[in-house]
Amino acid sequence: MNLSIDDVKKVAKLARLRLSPEEEQEFLGQLGDILGYIEMLNEVDTENVEPMAHIADVVNVFRSDEAQPSIDREKTLLNAPKTDGTYFLVPQILDGAE
Amino acid sequence: MSEQQTAQQLISQLNNQELSSRELVQQCLDRITSVDDSVKAFLEVNSESALQQADAIDQKRSAGESVGPLTGIPIAIKDNICVEGWKTSCSSKMLENFTSVYDAHVIENLKSAGAVLIGRVNLDEFAMGSSCENSAFQKTANPWNTDCAPGGSSGGSAAAVAAGMVPLSIGSDTGGSIRQPAAFCGVVGMKPTYGRVSRYGLVAFASSLDQIGPFAKNVSDAALLLESLWGHDRRDSTSVDIPAPSLVNQIDQPLAGLKVGIVSEHYSDGLDDEVHQAIQSAKETYQAQGAEIHEVELPHAKCGVAAYYIIAPSEASSNLSRYDGIHYGHRASSEEKMSLEDLYERSRGEGFGPEVKRRIMLGAYALSSGYYDAYYLKALKVRRLIAEDYQKAFEKVDVILSPTSPSPAFKLGELVDDPLQMYLNDIYTIGANLAGIPGISIPAGLSSQGLPIGIQLLAPVYEEEKLLRAARMYEKEHEHSLAVPSL
Repeated sequence: MNLSIDDVKKVAKLARLRLSPEEEQEFLGQLGDILGYIEMLNEVDTENVEPMAHIADVVNVFRSDEAQPSIDREKTLLNAPKTDGTYFLVPQILDGAE
Repeated sequence: MSEQQTAQQLISQLNNQELSSRELVQQCLDRITSVDDSVKAFLEVNSESALQQADAIDQKRSAGESVGPLTGIPIAIKDNICVEGWKTSCSSKMLENFTSVYDAHVIENLKSAGAVLIGRVNLDEFAMGSSCENSAFQKTANPWNTDCAPGGSSGGSAAAVAAGMVPLSIGSDTGGSIRQPAAFCGVVGMKPTYGRVSRYGLVAFASSLDQIGPFAKNVSDAALLLESLWGHDRRDSTSVDIPAPSLVNQIDQPLAGLKVGIVSEHYSDGLDDEVHQAIQSAKETYQAQGAEIHEVELPHAKCGVAAYYIIAPSEASSNLSRYDGIHYGHRASSEEKMSLEDLYERSRGEGFGPEVKRRIMLGAYALSSGYYDAYYLKALKVRRLIAEDYQKAFEKVDVILSPTSPSPAFKLGELVDDPLQMYLNDIYTIGANLAGIPGISIPAGLSSQGLPIGIQLLAPVYEEEKLLRAARMYEKEHEHSLAVPSL
């Protein structure tokens, strides 16, 4: 499996992970090894085999469309990294006048 | 409490008022104080709240009120299962300061069964790992040899029971995370059928594979605990609504005409001789009780680890995308102005440890444009073939006997730099998660190095009763399960 450092950077970007250059190098080797091992799947004949996403034989679990009590605001904000007591606070994301 | 006592022995003492729940909880707390400095299973012990829970149960009992089947028995909770008002860290810096705002379904069940929740125990970060070394906070040691790993990811749950700190604990199993640490620590650990136990309140790792299950000193206690864990829950759409059989009442009934399957592919290179010997001896134990041994084939089992390390990381990369530093979890801070994207990337880069990053990367790669068919879809097709192998095997046999892990516990530090070797530790356990079937690891004695050996039994979906009765047939012929390490 030929993984390049650019592949590693691209996937880190897709996954929204800031990696250090050392981490990028380490993952390049390790992910290459793991993907190399995974290549054994190519030897399996899967012609006409349906993919299996999960084993549960339940499908489309319905319930009536009724409002139920949910977690209240106080609890919802309990773990917020930044809050004014009413909202989650996030950094300004639009440029423009303050 | 002597460390050998089972939950059921303790329950009968509690019911006969020879012991109060407060006394029992205090004995567990004392044991934790004396041995957990060297084992480091607990991330947090909630002594005060445990004693209060015990007092409430003692009062109910003396008032003649019903106290539930677990009637004041202390239990340890893997720290990826939400208990309202408790921290739930997943052993990750990302959730170091996260407090749960609701109870998991299993926690509601345990509370109404009368269990005393005593504290939260260590795991590999977000349940990703086979040694507990991926915890951001502490390394748990194997109680049988503190230089060795307790297994993972539910290493804290296994070590806490093995060291006699609690009679029962719960963990979660995505690729072997209950069964492998149970084998390494010499206790019983069971993964129920997918869908049997609600995942509501279990922090998601790989949703199509995750399942909560019990740890105990013996098979009968595991059955008792499972009876309190399982049941339908409408908040988990994969929770099955089928009757749950009574387990404990049936546990000592041997299965007449039991057919035990053996997979010859399991006994190739890489299997420790003493583990192999334990399987031979288990075969003889079953034959002596009139069971038949049959060879079965699982031709795709050798691809289990490969398929798993596409599917589980793919699901993880999706599940863990919720940790963005906005609503909860670690948020990066900076003097300079950050864009939203910077905030996401830095929060995740700082909050997640190496194994979690590795798996998110692997999953994001397998799901990315151009690779989806070659990796993710291919793995799902192989998953079906693996599940069909088990179905065919179970047309011939009732249960499949195998090692739980290729070897007894490895040394702490031995595999940390070689993720692929670490992953291969799960080769015997992963199939049950991919196929959704129940599995159990039971103690099978000690190696010449004094380390526990575990053997695994697997059964068809929803056949927990058969699985536990078959496990009990082995256990009652051996005294392994109540051995306690000297600490």
